[in-house]
Amino acid sequence: MRNPKRRGIVIGTTCGVALVVVLGLVTQGSRAVATDAGRDGTIEVALCDGETTVQVAQAGKPTAAEGRQIADELMAKWRASNPGTDWVAEERAKHKIVEPADNRDLVGRSQGQTYGRISEQDVVGWERATLAMATRGSQVFHSADELGSTIAVSCDMCHPDAANTHPETYPKFQVQLGRTVLLRDMINWCIEHPVRGAKLAEDDPKMRALEAYILAQRKGTPLEYGKH
Amino acid sequence: MAKRKDPETRYYEERDAFFRDLAHLDRRGFFKVAAAAMGAALASGVTFHPRAFSMVRVAGAAKAPAEDFSFAYISDSHLYTRDVNDRFVNALLRAVDDVNALDPQPDFVLYGGDLAQLGQPAELELGAQILKSVKAPVRMMVGEHDWFLDMGVKWNALFGPETYSFDHKGVHFVVLQSVHEEDFWTARGMTPMERMMTVAGLDNGVQSRFEVGAPQRQWLKEDLAKVGRKTPVIVFSHSPLYHYYEPWNFWTVDAPEVQALLDPFDTVTVIHGHTHQVLTNRVGNIHFHGMLSTAWPWPYAPEGLPALTLQMNRPDPFNPQDGCGDGVVHVGAEGLVGKVYNLWNRNPVQVPSTYLASRGKKDRPAAPTRTSY
Repeated sequence: MRNPKRRGIVIGTTCGVALVVVLGLVTQGSRAVATDAGRDGTIEVALCDGETTVQVAQAGKPTAAEGRQIADELMAKWRASNPGTDWVAEERAKHKIVEPADNRDLVGRSQGQTYGRISEQDVVGWERATLAMATRGSQVFHSADELGSTIAVSCDMCHPDAANTHPETYPKFQVQLGRTVLLRDMINWCIEHPVRGAKLAEDDPKMRALEAYILAQRKGTPLEYGKH
Repeated sequence: MAKRKDPETRYYEERDAFFRDLAHLDRRGFFKVAAAAMGAALASGVTFHPRAFSMVRVAGAAKAPAEDFSFAYISDSHLYTRDVNDRFVNALLRAVDDVNALDPQPDFVLYGGDLAQLGQPAELELGAQILKSVKAPVRMMVGEHDWFLDMGVKWNALFGPETYSFDHKGVHFVVLQSVHEEDFWTARGMTPMERMMTVAGLDNGVQSRFEVGAPQRQWLKEDLAKVGRKTPVIVFSHSPLYHYYEPWNFWTVDAPEVQALLDPFDTVTVIHGHTHQVLTNRVGNIHFHGMLSTAWPWPYAPEGLPALTLQMNRPDPFNPQDGCGDGVVHVGAEGLVGKVYNLWNRNPVQVPSTYLASRGKKDRPAAPTRTSY
């Protein structure tokens, strides 16, 4: 160790769990550090956030398994004090969100001049970003507070899993409104009436997420705009 | 000389008269949109504007069943306190008015569970207070929304035990608590409110599925041991006592075991809440009928719909309280039930006992014009 006072231990960067911490805290560096042994023979290992620490027994060089265990402990502590960081997984545990199309067959192929060879990371990144948008929509869809309901009503109370929303039928002439509407117009109608909230702007991130979630749930259904 | 009325005024007057008349119908008075009657009138040479006769009460068109008695039901009101949400409160008041207007009065009114939305004491108290204005005696059943905040403490204090049986005019009635769930909350460190919110979400996958549970099945076994096999049995259960659609918890895990206990009886009917829709099923000789909600309708599940179910119309969101309502159950002399779904703002749907008894061959109710998709 170059610095005897602060021995750096890079923990678990190959471990997917720890990777999330590292990615989440990249601006603060990607290292956990262990400070000198305390009087009771334990070492305090600190996470790169400079706040989360665990005490481990000092017994020579830790094995890879022990290292992973330390990383897991730090991760668990960090998660507990930073709720909502894995909001996509949390939301997906509660509500079914249909996964976006699988693009893995594109890996190794080129999309032309504007985009080079498509890597596995590309495909995974696209999927995560797309799924995250639909998942955000699920959060709004299932929350009276997020929807701004004045009467504690959320979309899922009438539309579990976004059933009976039939986004594939829009645009259509909505006879009750006397005009041709898009899905977002019906979302806003529902927010104003059964939900008794204030209309969202058409480009409101919540509106965009709601559309993403509702459309995602009807994956595979043929478009049939205008259907009543 | 009488003033000439325009057709629209005439139509609305006739419509009002029809609904006034409806309120005074006795329980055997069936009516339907009778294209046949209109056809007969046309054949006799009368000319009239067809819309004027769009709804016709046909005396004697449907044979009244030889019922011994009837009871009414109100279910799934999902009350918040009035300051939070007045709509669901008003809907329950409407249902109370409906059952109080029945003439003759039903023998009793079944409350089908989910009186409260989040099991709050104030919600249950409000519901209890409103149900006090029901003229007929009220039989209470518990739903998951009443239960999972305090595991039944407040509900029991207000309404007594959640599992019980009684005999009425030769029929053995059983009321079950069919919304138990295996503990999913302790390991997750949930607060009672988090547990309640999880169960309150129909499409929330964190929760377990419903079950009657072994202790209650044992109770049921012992309760039924005292009942003759020829005695008609009617079971009230909040969840459907069969497997309908698991992802929405339209599902009772140990339903097959409960059905096995009911199977030896000649005549068994299960009346259930929770699904907020017109729902008809038959498993073996057990007949199943759903109940409407006063708060909101659920869509039909994407799969698993029982073959005997004739769906109600897809509710129109622009028509407040469409797909909601209450209803009446006629118990015939043979112990089978005919079910009336009193859909607010629409014509009632009648599912006669003969429809289920004939496995759908006879007296099929009218199919909806706007199905779900």
